[in-house]
Amino acid sequence: MRSFGFRILAIIFCGFCIVGCAPAEKNKAATTLTVWHWMTDRGPAFNELAKKYEAKTGIKVNFELYAPSDAYSQKVRAAAQGANLPDIFGILGEKRDFASFIKANYVLELTPYMLEDKAKWKNSFFAKALAVNEFNEGNSYGIKPGIYGAPIDIMTIQMVYNKSLFKQLGLNSNQPPQTFQDFLDIGKKIKAANMQGLVSGWGEIWMIDCLANNYAFNIMGKDKVIATIKGQVPYTDPDWVRVLSLFKEMQDSGLLASGIVTMVNKTAEQLFANEKAVFAFNGSWCVNVYKGMNPNLEYGAFLPPRASNKYPMAIWGGAGSSFMVNCRSKNKEEAVKFLRWLTEAPQQVYLAEATNNLPANKESSNLVPDVTASFAKAMDNATHPNVWGVSEFSPVIEAFDKGIQSIIIGEKTPEQVAQEVQKVKEREMAKKRV
Amino acid sequence: MKLKATLENYIFVLPATIIFAVFYIIPFISVFQLSFFDWDGILPTKIFVGLNNFKEVITDKVWWQAVWQSGYITLIALTFQNAIAFLLAWACDREIRMKNFYRLIFFIPPVLSEVVVGLVWQWILNGNYGILNYWLAQFGMANLAHNWLSDPNTALTTVAIVHCWKGFGWGFLLFLAGLQTIPRELYEAARVDGANAWNSFKNVTIPLMMPVVVLVAILTILGTMQVFVLIYTMTGGGPGYHTEVPVLRILASMRGSSRFGYACAQGITFGVILCMISFVQYMVNRKSRA
Repeated sequence: MRSFGFRILAIIFCGFCIVGCAPAEKNKAATTLTVWHWMTDRGPAFNELAKKYEAKTGIKVNFELYAPSDAYSQKVRAAAQGANLPDIFGILGEKRDFASFIKANYVLELTPYMLEDKAKWKNSFFAKALAVNEFNEGNSYGIKPGIYGAPIDIMTIQMVYNKSLFKQLGLNSNQPPQTFQDFLDIGKKIKAANMQGLVSGWGEIWMIDCLANNYAFNIMGKDKVIATIKGQVPYTDPDWVRVLSLFKEMQDSGLLASGIVTMVNKTAEQLFANEKAVFAFNGSWCVNVYKGMNPNLEYGAFLPPRASNKYPMAIWGGAGSSFMVNCRSKNKEEAVKFLRWLTEAPQQVYLAEATNNLPANKESSNLVPDVTASFAKAMDNATHPNVWGVSEFSPVIEAFDKGIQSIIIGEKTPEQVAQEVQKVKEREMAKKRV
Repeated sequence: MKLKATLENYIFVLPATIIFAVFYIIPFISVFQLSFFDWDGILPTKIFVGLNNFKEVITDKVWWQAVWQSGYITLIALTFQNAIAFLLAWACDREIRMKNFYRLIFFIPPVLSEVVVGLVWQWILNGNYGILNYWLAQFGMANLAHNWLSDPNTALTTVAIVHCWKGFGWGFLLFLAGLQTIPRELYEAARVDGANAWNSFKNVTIPLMMPVVVLVAILTILGTMQVFVLIYTMTGGGPGYHTEVPVLRILASMRGSSRFGYACAQGITFGVILCMISFVQYMVNRKSRA
């Protein structure tokens, strides 16, 4: 009996082995493209577009959402190590990370596709949106010049103000501050009225970096900023000290909301949407966020008030999110075709309407609502570290941004922070030379 | 026959050994190996830098500030958190009404998600709309209202107190289990000998609870030194570097700077620090037992 049972088990085992080892049934269904993304707000719209694409071409597209963005970023890196990247994916991080993905042969160069048909695809984008995915001749990363990603939407980061609170302060609700002095004067009124001024996610330090860079461009111009990154101008330069001093002046005038140094952007968005703060420094994605939190919010967008007339004010902007094609994917040609379709005007308009993000396709940009349009207009002033061709060392960025936090809490002076940042810079430069 | 028995033993141990090797030993060796390289986590090539990463960790002021700050939180947890845990366990060990209810309540914080706890406390402590400041104002102490997490003078202590609130339940549970193992006859004998409550506590409870106290202390030190999620959700290490702790620094090196080799060197350095603390504690414990 025991032997009979054993035989039965052995037969079942062999059966499973044979079935398991059999070649997989040939996939008669059409190609399936897999896209990884982190954009929770765009998930339903992407799925809708995937259905449309399948109906049109028979190719199934699976949008797989991995959020939050930090987790997504780690997943992409881990997948790259295991050579498990999907057909299409986005890269979050600095330009040097993007360059590493290209060097490791994970990203397909899109230049030949972009230039097909008299560069029709390339010309459909805002040049500044495409620039984020471009590597120019002589770039410091050693990447072959070309385009390596397709922007899905664009973004700009600037100031927004609450029109109702402006009226309460006795200010013209259609006239946001133009100069830094105007800004500080409003700060004094905010303090006197016991209101909260500027809110922003300065606990997540990159947003401090963003505003500081805006003012660096305004005070010393792009060339000097780039020269600083290259190590030719020290951070102790008076212009950099002036940039750092602006944060002290903002704090002293009462312009900054209390607790801003540990505030995450989600909290800042809640405060502004609930009319608890007069100003916010936020990206164009906020239009969708504020609409969801308070549809009746009356607000306007404006460039950060200029601190100098010497150079134009620059803001961070460009491609909000981009998709890259996996160079090792067997479906890469299909993936490129899908990206081309996704960035055509009808799909871009649909995405803009469904998610309130600014379309990367310039042909569809005139179809967006007012506030969103004011963010789009600011593209003229947009710049981004990813288009500068050089990247600052991460420890320097951290020292700079944490230093600004220290200035705001009154722990250090702008001069002290400038010296500390320069020390970190020199240390990193020395390491590079070694 | 003997060989067969030995082989059989090895076969039984093999699955566990494989799992242990795959999930513990190989990653540990990889971390150790990576700490000698400069690697961004993406490129297939790694640059050998020898002991440079370790040299940098040793001279990194922010790193040592983070270690010191986690030590400060640990000190508060060792004293304040464990004292409360012990007192509550002692109270619940006595014949009081609803003691099972209290046991349940005191064990709720440890089972809550750290992220949720961090976000809820961030909301309670918020300087602008936090409920703590609201109640301070309601009770006529508006002058104490404060931006608890954004002020460098209060941020670290505030985070430490929240950590204690989150963690005291574990100590409470262990202390309670320890107290319940003490035979009641000892207390009765002490009472017959004329000992008052304090004397019973000092001469019966404390000596018999020493092994549990040592265990709780070791767990508190090792657990608190590695505190991270709560701080990440409450302050992100700010303002400035005032609530940075070692695990946050390791994460920043890995994710913020893409310096995987340096992060591994930080991890190993931190591991060594924890081993040293455990060793000192073990020696002290052995000496006190002797």
